[in-house]
Amino acid sequence: MNDQRPVVILIFIFLIGAVLLTKLFMIQVVDDSFMKKAERNAIQRVVDHPYRGLIYDRNGKLLVYNNPIFDLMVVPKEFQVKDTTRFLELFGITKEHLIESYNAARKYSWVKPSPMIKQISTTDFAKIQDFLIDYPGLFIMTRSVRSYPEPIAAHALGYIGEISAGQLERDTLKYYSQGDYVGLSGIERYYEKELRGVKGVKYKMVNVRGIDKGPFKDGEYDTASVAGINLTSTIDRELQLYGEMLMQGKTGSVVAIEPKTGEILAMISAPFYDPNQLTGSDFGKTYTRLNRLETKPLFNRPIMAMYPPGSIFKIVQSLIGLQDGILVPETTFACNRSLVACHNHPSPVNLFGAIRNSCNPYYHQAFRKIINREVSSNTFKDTEIGLNDWRDKVLKFGLGSALGVDIVGEKGGDIPSSKLYNRIYGEGRWKYSTIYSLSIGQGEMLVTPLQMANLAAIFANKGYYYTPHLIKAVDGDPSKIPAQYRYKNEVGVDARHFDLIQDAMAEALYGTANRAVIKDLVIAGKTGTAQNPHGEDHSVFVAFAPKDDPKIAIAVYVENAGWGGRAAASTASLMIEKYIKGEISRPALQEYVLAGNFIY
Amino acid sequence: MRESDIHINRVDWVTVLLYFALVMIGWFNIYAAVYDGQAEKSIFDFSINSGMQLVWIFTAIVLITVIMVADHRLFENLSIIIYLIFIGILIVTPFFGKEVNGQTLSIGFGSFRIQPGEFAKFATALALAKIMERPTFDLSKTKNQMVAFGVLLLPVLLILLQPDTGTAMVYFSFLIMFYREGLPQRYYILGLGFIALSLLSLGIKENIYIVFGITALVIFLILLGKKSWQRIVAFSLIGLGAIAYSYSIDFVVSKLPEHQQNRIMVLFNPDLDPLGVGWNVTQSKIAIGSGGLWGKGYLQGTQTKFDFVPEQHTDFIFCTLGEEFGWIGSLVVILLFLALLYRLVVMAERQKTRFSRIYGYSVISILLFHFMINIAMTIGLFPVVGIPLPFFSYGGSSLWSFTVLLFIFIKLDSSRAQQLGRIN
Repeated sequence: MNDQRPVVILIFIFLIGAVLLTKLFMIQVVDDSFMKKAERNAIQRVVDHPYRGLIYDRNGKLLVYNNPIFDLMVVPKEFQVKDTTRFLELFGITKEHLIESYNAARKYSWVKPSPMIKQISTTDFAKIQDFLIDYPGLFIMTRSVRSYPEPIAAHALGYIGEISAGQLERDTLKYYSQGDYVGLSGIERYYEKELRGVKGVKYKMVNVRGIDKGPFKDGEYDTASVAGINLTSTIDRELQLYGEMLMQGKTGSVVAIEPKTGEILAMISAPFYDPNQLTGSDFGKTYTRLNRLETKPLFNRPIMAMYPPGSIFKIVQSLIGLQDGILVPETTFACNRSLVACHNHPSPVNLFGAIRNSCNPYYHQAFRKIINREVSSNTFKDTEIGLNDWRDKVLKFGLGSALGVDIVGEKGGDIPSSKLYNRIYGEGRWKYSTIYSLSIGQGEMLVTPLQMANLAAIFANKGYYYTPHLIKAVDGDPSKIPAQYRYKNEVGVDARHFDLIQDAMAEALYGTANRAVIKDLVIAGKTGTAQNPHGEDHSVFVAFAPKDDPKIAIAVYVENAGWGGRAAASTASLMIEKYIKGEISRPALQEYVLAGNFIY
Repeated sequence: MRESDIHINRVDWVTVLLYFALVMIGWFNIYAAVYDGQAEKSIFDFSINSGMQLVWIFTAIVLITVIMVADHRLFENLSIIIYLIFIGILIVTPFFGKEVNGQTLSIGFGSFRIQPGEFAKFATALALAKIMERPTFDLSKTKNQMVAFGVLLLPVLLILLQPDTGTAMVYFSFLIMFYREGLPQRYYILGLGFIALSLLSLGIKENIYIVFGITALVIFLILLGKKSWQRIVAFSLIGLGAIAYSYSIDFVVSKLPEHQQNRIMVLFNPDLDPLGVGWNVTQSKIAIGSGGLWGKGYLQGTQTKFDFVPEQHTDFIFCTLGEEFGWIGSLVVILLFLALLYRLVVMAERQKTRFSRIYGYSVISILLFHFMINIAMTIGLFPVVGIPLPFFSYGGSSLWSFTVLLFIFIKLDSSRAQQLGRIN
């Protein structure tokens, strides 16, 4: 009877073996989830964040750099303090802070590090460095934040901040991960790809307590980080600094351009803020606070604010008229104030006189000739054709659409076409008398301060411009800047027509902006006043200098400061002197601008 | 002149080779389990467990030599005395032993300590062989069953006092030997049914399914055989008892100590608490499962190296093997164990004395039980029970006791020609 029992036992033994081998096959070969779990257990992917590229000014002076800051981290499991009083003294914290941060750390993780003291300065770090070894479970984690040697050019440089959920979603190449810092505005955003560098990855092995056990497979899969590319900005640090000093306490814009290259020498948006405020851990709080301020310091006026161009636009009208042969230097009109208001000046005037005196009736009559050329016997139709034809010519001056400066958020302004008036008045129901305000730069017309400065550059260059930009060289190489900034834009007006304009602008300074005159430096300029329905008019001035070899073209807007000849012209003149001569010879004028009482 | 008692050419060298193969693979795995890439210690370094295991291996060889040169009659003649000595040691262990984590497992002086629970296995095997060898001893008789179970349960009770549930459980493996020696089959059918019912009751939340299942089975069995009133009543009573048991087991489990309850529940749902109770099983499965087909390579395991698996050089030594040598490595080791067990069955069946055969089957029972339960728990097929993998797990007591257990049988087998054929 017992004869089969050994066989039963053998079958049982092999059955056990088969069950074990089958189960092993299931978890080892069939189910690959355990491999991933094992990797998650023991292999930590540590991202090595590269240093963000630095930004220099046009003369090699530093505008933005990376400042190391130190966080004191605590691992609750290992943390031990024998003499609490001495500890508190050494690290300069209160007992409450110690208990609170320790409890917060414990709540987060028993074995993973949490911050105990955030943003320790370099000097404090040096003080505590030597004592760290006495306290197990404490170590220093180094991060870096953007820093600015001078608190200037905040709007142009922009800021960086934690990547948003939306940006992460659009990042199809999956370069970024949660918590990464990216450029959110200004140069930081436009040149994000250059500045960010290349992230490195290290795979390290950790044991069950999170203790580092060395590189995974001797670092076979590790990649080193590559520091971001340094940029050379077109900004002149001294000029920017000086301009911000002048604009202190005011609202407005200053844009200075090197006409021959389109390089922006200074770009000031007032009121401004200290870019150092929007760095580090308080970014969110500070941003919200600045954003709520009524003065809107985050609003980048040079590229976002739009005003009617005013009298300065008369120069564009003159150039279009000259190029089309509708105007010649000798064309004369009477200052007929029944057409449009004007101020006292000799009448009639020729073109030179019209620019010099900024004669409104002259342009009312000249613009009618530009618009109504009798291509159609229907006056309404004729006006429509003329307006659209004129508009095409105006757009060539870089107006009516964004120029394409290398910061995000630029507005395009507006130059109206027949579509707008058809919509407002109905087709065939408007004619020259409806749109004559355009002749003197008023009406349905908007430009940005940047476009205005670009106009000054066009006048200086006698008919061409390079798209204004803020970066002069990438990695020290000027040829690496975006190609569009090396493209010469012609405005379609022959250079010879500019001579009269330039002479008249130089002459105009003595009539409308005496304050702007500098001895032995010929400035060509034009005042403007942007009408403001909400209060005092905005003071506007565009200029370039020296007249015969222009080095700087500038547009200045001072909001609610009245007539262009005072606030804007004075500021522009000081900027020009600062840039070309390097020093200010007229302390009284500087005092006048700083005082800021322009309405009287 | 008296013939030497060493019969070199009668020693079963296949078994000896399988033993050394397993011991050496085990030794390499212990080194892998304690290996620290940053410390760069050699496998012979006595400050780590692989160095110490080498000491245990050499002393085990000394023990083997002693066993092989001893007179084969010694074991049979001294079997009851050896048994009583270990019972005595087990009685005094709770009083003089060293307490660790509430358990008093070892006894000795200074750094020399042994775990009597481990050695009591071979002593019990010898005693049972001695008692059951009488030709009149028939396991189908109740009186003989009582005697056999008495000899078996005495050390079990003493070990439970330590308390060491795992080691105590090992003694149930003697049921395999009892089966070979004629314990009626119905006990096993009832026992397996009982285990199956327990597992189903614990695993299935809705007891109603089990009630349906049992009712269906009872009806099927009644219809299958002859339909006498006695049978119908008997089967119905068994069925009712099973249903009652199924309902009561949840209650019984809830009365168990919490750590045992948890070990049972984790078996059914390992994700229950992966960081707490399920930690051992979860991590052990991750380590083995991440090995894949070929493994990560010797000393390349991450899970066992970095302490994710607890007790990795002792009870969870199989994890290191599974992680570093993959399924192929597991296959080789399991085949070695199966080969050893097969060989032992062949050897047991060729014994001329009942004493040797009973002892041989005891060896098979104990090794099979350890092998089965240890590997099953590392892959989540059985609750975590603290018993070592024979010849693999680190530890002097463990290696010595398995060596003594096995080699007494090899010794008995090698001298079978001199024994009087008394087999029935």
